[in-house]
Amino acid sequence: MLKRISALILAGATALTMAGCGSGDGSGGSSGGGADDGKIVMGFAQVGAESGWRTANTKDIQEAAKAAGVELKFSDAQQKQENQIKAIRSFIQQKVDVIAFSPVVESGWDTVLKEAQNAKIPVILTDRAVDSKDTSLYKTFLGSDFVEEGRKAGQWLVEQYKDSSEDVNIVQLEGTTGSAPANDRKAGFQEVISADPKFKIIASQTGDFTRAKGKEVMEAFLKSNPDIDVLYAHNDDMGLGAIEAIEGAGKVPGKDIKIITVDAVRDGMQALADGKINFIVECSPLLGAQLMDLAKKVVAGEQVPQRVVTEETTFTQEQAKEALPNRKY
Amino acid sequence: MNRILKHRLFWPVVVLVALLLLNLVFTDGFFRIQMREGHLYGSLIDIFRFGAPLILVATGMTLVIATSGIDLSVGSVVAIAGALACMQISDLSDQNSVSGVLTAVGVALALSVVLGLWNGFLVAGIGIQPIIATLILMVAGRGLAQLITDGQITTVNSAPYKLIGGGYWLTLPFGIIIVAVVLALTAFLTRRLALGLLIESVGGNAEASRLAGISARGVLMTVYAFCALCAGIAGLMISSNVSSADGNNAGLWIELDAILAVVIGGTPLSGGRFSLSGTVLGALIIQTLTTTIYSIGVPPETTLLFKALVVTIVCLIQSPAFRAKVFHRRRRPIEARPATEEKVRVSA
Repeated sequence: MLKRISALILAGATALTMAGCGSGDGSGGSSGGGADDGKIVMGFAQVGAESGWRTANTKDIQEAAKAAGVELKFSDAQQKQENQIKAIRSFIQQKVDVIAFSPVVESGWDTVLKEAQNAKIPVILTDRAVDSKDTSLYKTFLGSDFVEEGRKAGQWLVEQYKDSSEDVNIVQLEGTTGSAPANDRKAGFQEVISADPKFKIIASQTGDFTRAKGKEVMEAFLKSNPDIDVLYAHNDDMGLGAIEAIEGAGKVPGKDIKIITVDAVRDGMQALADGKINFIVECSPLLGAQLMDLAKKVVAGEQVPQRVVTEETTFTQEQAKEALPNRKY
Repeated sequence: MNRILKHRLFWPVVVLVALLLLNLVFTDGFFRIQMREGHLYGSLIDIFRFGAPLILVATGMTLVIATSGIDLSVGSVVAIAGALACMQISDLSDQNSVSGVLTAVGVALALSVVLGLWNGFLVAGIGIQPIIATLILMVAGRGLAQLITDGQITTVNSAPYKLIGGGYWLTLPFGIIIVAVVLALTAFLTRRLALGLLIESVGGNAEASRLAGISARGVLMTVYAFCALCAGIAGLMISSNVSSADGNNAGLWIELDAILAVVIGGTPLSGGRFSLSGTVLGALIIQTLTTTIYSIGVPPETTLLFKALVVTIVCLIQSPAFRAKVFHRRRRPIEARPATEEKVRVSA
């Protein structure tokens, strides 16, 4: 009796979680093996719905598939690698034409990718990479270049302070320690600003990509370093948290402390338009159209480059005011 | 002197003072408290302000642990309460309406209590082990929070809501005032009335208490509901502090920090007795440690190691058995204390 009840509860709980994340589950379902009518069938294994960025990414891929006439079989892994591997295996069994996925983690993909290769189904990686030595296991990797994003942030800073000879004190809010975006955005930024010794990173700490941590860490920075000129945050959310901390300390974000962030989600763009952030480097989740394009080429047997970088831009305060009304995420 | 040394809160206090001294040496102006924009401003105030949610969650956790239970679901309740309140406020036509915010807060706290009663029902009504019973809500609750916010970070722009976790009243952060009220109430209920005794007796031996005429089931339900209520208030504070609800990250791993705070404060995981002041001290130690890491600039790659080292030292120094071994002196026969101090992890 006891076991039965707890099993029921567990089942209910799982159903609830699935309902929370599986907004896109409805698109699959029709018969597999579908190249007969000339329509490309794509199996897409998404990471999950862990952030607004990811939700926008999912939505864009679904819309782009519809627009490109690609039949999309969508699966949500809820941030678990085993779910993603299961989804890819089921795509292989359904004999889809092409498989695309954003790997939850970097390692552990060789076996399942080999299975796809044996079934002669091409694989495209989106947004995140895998660390497989054998690059023939996937056709191409479509995603942002995080190092380049860091460089863009650094270049804007160098440009802003090119006429000044005084020291520029920078504090940095890093992403989750060890994650690829955190490592690369830090490295790219460092690379550009290290050319000039007047740029000094006086404090750098992880804010875990969240607003709450961003605020907490910035509060501590403000107290232990009275003279901060610039804040560089690895994503908008940490920057938004830090803005609150700066305002709480009686300083004006965007003026007393210049702020650079990465991502360009809606709340961040709003703050940029309001003058609280000075510069945002875009890290776009809208890679659907590029993905469909690549998928068609791959299925047609055309050669594609091993690495395709997402089309991305940067925003100043004026550009943000213009872009804001049309922002999708 | 000997009496002070033997006081059970002596060692936690020593650790807290040591951490503060570390800051005195390494951080300029750590102890400076100034008035800025009409409220108190300084690192020490920050420790209380950011520690407030943890103190609340740990207070609820103390009572649950005193009944020899545990509540892993507090982090999820934190996320759900914040998400529900923010969603309702963002639907208001006027986000600054006090009555609208109060309704949202009321509904969020009511749901928290319901979730707590659910935990209590699983533990006391059906008899599932607490760690399993609350694990269900811990896992499913995050999904529920995401369902409420639709997987997005919901931002609100509401002055009355902002007050709860980010505002000030009488120059003090409002969160500290809430914590003080909740603590005073809890202390009154458990130490002036019989509730504390009942909790300890259920924790010591539930069956014996039942035979002695205590409604063990009622006590357990009350305690789990109270724990969830504390978590709910903490959730409102956390989301109000940044004016947004993040179903994914709000309160992530706070259950582990709360359990750690309880253990550092000298409440054994086996239940049967508890110390509220110890828990507050434990929570303050954890928050001071976090703030110290930021202020003295421990590199992010080594923060977890640094935290682990300090926590290990705190736990070892807290253990009478360890002290007796190291100091080669047995002041008194060591009580057969369960090795609660080992099962501890720190979150990032």
